[in-house]
Amino acid sequence: MKKLIISIVLVNLLAACASEPKKEPVADVSAPAPTTASAPATKDEAPRVAPAAPVKADVDPLNDPASILAKRSVYYPFDVAIVQEEDKPVVQAHAKYLSEHSNRKVRLEGNCDERGSNEYNLGLGQRRADGVQKMLELGGASADQLESVSYGEEKPRASGHDEASWSQNRRTDLNYAR
Amino acid sequence: MMLRILQGMVGLLLLAQASMANAVLTIEIIGAGEHQIPVSIVPFGGDEKIAQSINEVVTGDLQRSGLFRLVDPTGKSPHVPAEVSYPDWEVRGTEALAIGTVAAQGGRIEARFRLLDVVKQTELVGQAVSASENQIRAIGHRIADLIYEKLTGDKGVFSTRIAYVNRQGKKFSLIVADSDGYNEQVVLAQNEPIMSPAWSPDGSHLAYVSFETGHAVVYVQSLYTNRRVVLANFRGSNSAPAWSPDGKQMALVLTRDGSSQIYLVRPDGSDVRRITFSGAIDTEPHFSPDGQYLLFTSDRGGSPQIYRMPVKGGSTERLTFGEGSNFSPRHSPDGKNFVFAHLKNGRFYITTQAFQTGQMSLLTEGGWEKKPSFAPNGKLILFASEGRGRGILATVSSDGRVKQHMFTQSGDAREPVWGPYP
Repeated sequence: MKKLIISIVLVNLLAACASEPKKEPVADVSAPAPTTASAPATKDEAPRVAPAAPVKADVDPLNDPASILAKRSVYYPFDVAIVQEEDKPVVQAHAKYLSEHSNRKVRLEGNCDERGSNEYNLGLGQRRADGVQKMLELGGASADQLESVSYGEEKPRASGHDEASWSQNRRTDLNYAR
Repeated sequence: MMLRILQGMVGLLLLAQASMANAVLTIEIIGAGEHQIPVSIVPFGGDEKIAQSINEVVTGDLQRSGLFRLVDPTGKSPHVPAEVSYPDWEVRGTEALAIGTVAAQGGRIEARFRLLDVVKQTELVGQAVSASENQIRAIGHRIADLIYEKLTGDKGVFSTRIAYVNRQGKKFSLIVADSDGYNEQVVLAQNEPIMSPAWSPDGSHLAYVSFETGHAVVYVQSLYTNRRVVLANFRGSNSAPAWSPDGKQMALVLTRDGSSQIYLVRPDGSDVRRITFSGAIDTEPHFSPDGQYLLFTSDRGGSPQIYRMPVKGGSTERLTFGEGSNFSPRHSPDGKNFVFAHLKNGRFYITTQAFQTGQMSLLTEGGWEKKPSFAPNGKLILFASEGRGRGILATVSSDGRVKQHMFTQSGDAREPVWGPYP
């Protein structure tokens, strides 16, 4: 049983890592010199963009790929909507970040595997997202920073009829507004 | 005389978007009815091309029902009763004979059709069916309905329509089509999911869930004008619309007060009233034919199961027990049974249960089979299935004997629902 849990966790972690660059391109741009990348030196735009970024010396921890905040998904067992022990530090870190950055907003998007009706899964995904929202609020985030929605089984990350796909699809994504 | 003109019986739907006719590739039929009625359909006289098209629709409809054995009419081609020599047909073993003529005039087609009883040598029904010339299929469906009705005693559903969602990559389309999957018309196309289409009782409107604004919102759209209204757009998810049989109120599911709960609302979105208070997931409400009860899915007992409650409030009763979980209940048109998707050991089975006995009957062998709905005559059940790695539409007769798979040209067919009689 323990082995099973560990392997599920590993799968989840791998899935989370693998999909990170695609999900949150902000993380890629986190290098200390972000302006050079996005400055194809258009005559009129260059002066406006250049001074803006370097002013802040310390990097927003949200953009640090080594930070726990780089994890933007939590995963669930089948038909469960409670945040699992191993994912609680992730949610708590986001709660702390949000409490310290009251200008940031995040959308919590609940998703499910395909075992269930589409409507039941819409409800389950909403329950997952709402659960994360509640935990974020308890951790200091304010309600107006948060919006929870559900996609049910309508937006699967993996499409196979097997646990390898299902385990990736049972999740809540924390999607920060840019 | 028996002959009646049924003008305007067919082809009422005017959808603005382009039609994608002939998008169905193949239809597979598995199994056969217990007693197949031998019947011969003689290609109609008159315009040969039109007659051929009508013949294909009529024979296709009858064949797919699994209730008929089509006896080859080759060699004989009577078009009016006077030309029929009954002994010729008796020796072929056919019990009923369909004959007729077609004529095109002024953009309309009229088919004069008769169904003859070979054994009794009498006319069972005779009608003239007309429609505009781009609705040949509708004429065929109407004739097939008349034959079905006369020979089985049940009303035919070949002229009814279905709605479903087609998913192709990230593109979602809400489709309305003939019951055989042909004559597809796009009601809504977008890059966000669409779920849970629901027909108004008169077939004039579809309610559905769309994610186009970033979360689940329920809309009601006219199939005549394509105009639509927002039925519910509260925080969280708005979903699972269902119409009462009189069309005066709707049930739907909102998460605005917490978990998914069932509410009643008027079709214009006013007068929202919460009717379940479980704190669990209560979803997929469906009105009984008399409008008094709602079936719904709930996990209040620990796993998703089917429950029934009076619309006006009162005690809720759990209807499904035993191993596995159950989803998507819908009443049969006679109100005696309900159909649902039964999930057990990772497979879904289309299943019916009689209210009186509580006896479950698995109608399919199991697989990715979801979202069943009865045809308005209660004889067939439409559901979402899978074939060749794609989502497809499928039907099973309510006795489980005849199955049919409809392969659309591309993409995954999902969330089908059978419409009412036209």
